[in-house]
Amino acid sequence: MTDRTHSSRTSRRRFLAGAGALAGGLGLALRIRPADATPEAMAEAIKQVVGQAKLQQGKIKLELPPLVENGNTVPLTVSVESPMTEAAHVRRIHLFNEKNPQPYVATFHLGPRSGRSSVSARLRLADSQHVVAIAELSDGSLWTTRVHVVVTIAACLEEIG
Amino acid sequence: MARTLINVPKTAKRGQVIEIKTLISHPMETGFRPDRSGKLVPRDIINKFVCTYNDVEVFRADLHPAIAANPFISFSTVATESGTLAFTWTDDAGKIYAEKANIVVE
Repeated sequence: MTDRTHSSRTSRRRFLAGAGALAGGLGLALRIRPADATPEAMAEAIKQVVGQAKLQQGKIKLELPPLVENGNTVPLTVSVESPMTEAAHVRRIHLFNEKNPQPYVATFHLGPRSGRSSVSARLRLADSQHVVAIAELSDGSLWTTRVHVVVTIAACLEEIG
Repeated sequence: MARTLINVPKTAKRGQVIEIKTLISHPMETGFRPDRSGKLVPRDIINKFVCTYNDVEVFRADLHPAIAANPFISFSTVATESGTLAFTWTDDAGKIYAEKANIVVE
């Protein structure tokens, strides 16, 4: 429970401090979907990783179960529409989450030798939340998508026996 | 030594895209979890995974505590030539776990 209390306190403080800056157009991801604001910590993390470049919707597909019982291990597959040739391929796929103690999940580095741009892994989710995937293509364009997952038993809360 | 599980096809046709599945037994301790006494257990995770194909890097992953324990990663690569796929996992202490698999390309 400690880390959750801490994280909500942090995000509130950071939200107040960052509100002005955000209004100034800091979080690009926020502007894409103003009606359903992404938590500020994730927007900040995304900005740090991919910079201010424009995030476009499409090309990337994120597969996650919409409802998971146990947040300790949640299967995920992310794939991107790309011929995966020397001329046009996926360079990196970034994964982020909104409500874990940290917004980062993973970065996968791919290239023409990948043949196919599809990666699977298993993640932890501390709460019901959105998971965001961003693909960085060889032409420099960024494509994003997100999926909402409902978690009934959160990760990170169990005690050590 | 952590146990690893690797699934690589033994043979493939030249140019074929093959799927590789990897798993390593590791607690992926997040650093956010209290033990019985309430103290946080220090972070200890695999933070980097690299796959090389005949010494050329074909896939790499940077991992964070949000990756589940016993990290499973599945990805693909083009079967270019017969040889060795080498896998390395690096943990927070800098310890490297390594594994290899051979492939015959026809």
